[in-house]
Amino acid sequence: MSASFAIETNDLGRIYKLRGSKKEKRKELVALQNVNLTVERGELFGLLGPNGAGKTTLIKVLTTLLSPTSGWARVAGLDVHAEPEVVRPKINMVSGGESSGYGLLTVRENLWMFSQFYGVPSKEANERIEALLEMVGMKDRMHTKSSDLSTGLRQKMNIVRGFLTEPEVLFLDEPTLGLDVGAMRDVRKFILDWLKADEERTLLLTTHYMAEAEELCDRVAIINKGRVLACDTPTALKQGLQKDALFEIEVSPLNGLTQQNLLDQPEVTKAAVTETETGAKLSLSLVEESALARVINLFTQKEVKVMNLTKRQPTLEDVFVDLVGRSMAEEEEHGSGE
Amino acid sequence: MQNSTSWRSFRMAAWLGWVIESNWTDPFLFAVYSIVKPISGAAILVVMYGIISGGNFDTPLFPYIYLGNAFYIYVGAVMTGVSWAVVDDREHYKTLKYMYIAPINIPIYLLGRGVARFITGSIAVVITIAAGIWFLNVNINFAEVDWLLFIVTLIVGVVMLALLGLLLAGVTLTVARHEGFIGEATAGALYIFSGAIFPLDVLPAWLRPIGYFMPTTYWLELLRRSLVGNVAAAFPTLANFSDLQILGIMVGLSIFFGTISIWVFRWCDKFARERGLIDRTTNY
Repeated sequence: MSASFAIETNDLGRIYKLRGSKKEKRKELVALQNVNLTVERGELFGLLGPNGAGKTTLIKVLTTLLSPTSGWARVAGLDVHAEPEVVRPKINMVSGGESSGYGLLTVRENLWMFSQFYGVPSKEANERIEALLEMVGMKDRMHTKSSDLSTGLRQKMNIVRGFLTEPEVLFLDEPTLGLDVGAMRDVRKFILDWLKADEERTLLLTTHYMAEAEELCDRVAIINKGRVLACDTPTALKQGLQKDALFEIEVSPLNGLTQQNLLDQPEVTKAAVTETETGAKLSLSLVEESALARVINLFTQKEVKVMNLTKRQPTLEDVFVDLVGRSMAEEEEHGSGE
Repeated sequence: MQNSTSWRSFRMAAWLGWVIESNWTDPFLFAVYSIVKPISGAAILVVMYGIISGGNFDTPLFPYIYLGNAFYIYVGAVMTGVSWAVVDDREHYKTLKYMYIAPINIPIYLLGRGVARFITGSIAVVITIAAGIWFLNVNINFAEVDWLLFIVTLIVGVVMLALLGLLLAGVTLTVARHEGFIGEATAGALYIFSGAIFPLDVLPAWLRPIGYFMPTTYWLELLRRSLVGNVAAAFPTLANFSDLQILGIMVGLSIFFGTISIWVFRWCDKFARERGLIDRTTNY
């Protein structure tokens, strides 16, 4: 049965021993804790979480770069720790936000060299390189030394490197990190086109961009502090919150209205107050829509004027807040250290 | 399958190493650097020798030192050529993790990366020896050179140095702060204990065993014997051993150190994987 999964993990754990100063005792950082995941073949699976959540650690374990400290993981039906040599021909990986590659080599040479390490016949490799560079809009830069590329183009080159070997399972670690909006759109389209071309291809993508996860992924696992908190389709995850009515309200002035005042209302399950130049933006989660009347009544008592009121559909960000208790940005500020 | 993986790893690594080694500057500057660097190194030694010996270049000691120093270029070039690939790929190009997840044989890949340094090292050795013959009266009678011994010794020695480089590459994988100096430090230590620029008899008696345990000692001795047999015979260190005996000792020690190197690399590789060091960039 296991072989039918592209990726499978069972109680996977990873603890780092951190070195401090010489006098200090070694600290332990739990990067992954009892991670149980299954990814079907042909699936585009997303790992969504703040920086330091454990996403990269999980990818490092799955790509044979890092040994787990507990549990096991299989990729393409093979144990990544026991059989790394058999796993490697079936996988590839791209990490975003870094400028890797041999600057002295041209784009074509860089890509060709990696294709040769995977045993792709040279002629076929050159054809694939040309086609893939065309798809990402870089064909005219094929003979440019990679040291002369901008960061974004270098990242695109790396993305091509990952796809070039036609892996069974591809790992993309924050592939759009640091790219401009146009390049992000190109990359996302490229990913979807690549998956469409072969139903057996599987892709695991990590991101902390909610929109990216929503747009691309068949299923998403929300991960924080090394634990998988939820795993389902983006729609199903959001539907789980549908019982609450979500409102965005712009008010002016705030007149001392606090988050606690809002939470003290029995029907308000969650409230966030973000101060603006003119007043504040409130995000409210209400047990039912009718509870809004009591909130408005509170505003009237406090002489807070409503400037704008919008009812909105829940997003993955709301799912994250619901699971963790604070937004992904707030979670990153508190820092969990990967 | 395994053979093709190993050959692919070696061939592509050698190609990559050569492109990096030969393309860091324009061809003219590269050629000038390739000539000037070894000659400058030899010139420093010659000047020092000239001052100490009062300008007497006709003793057997001068070709002993000169040839030892010339061939010692291989030690630094091949050993650090292999181990430096770890630093280069991990810290500079940030590609080591991609090499590690590729279906290649990593030790063979690293050995392949040393090929370029072997080639540039060979150019430096040839230039140094040629300069010695033309300008410094280093007397090599090519008609009397034992070419078979020379070639066998050179090949065994280079393989031995490459395997020692693998040992250093393993250690480099596991350290961060001093990874850039490991190759240089080891090459420097071997310089003293291998009889490169002075016979081992010069060392205090209690330090000599270190030299006797180093395969590089026998390697340099055999290279000298194959090129200038009479000069090598003038020094007592290994005078009681025949060429064949020294070759046997060198091969035995090379197998011993080669086995240890492979074992150490595998251990370090496992350690690096357990600690998450394969893709670590330190910014040191």
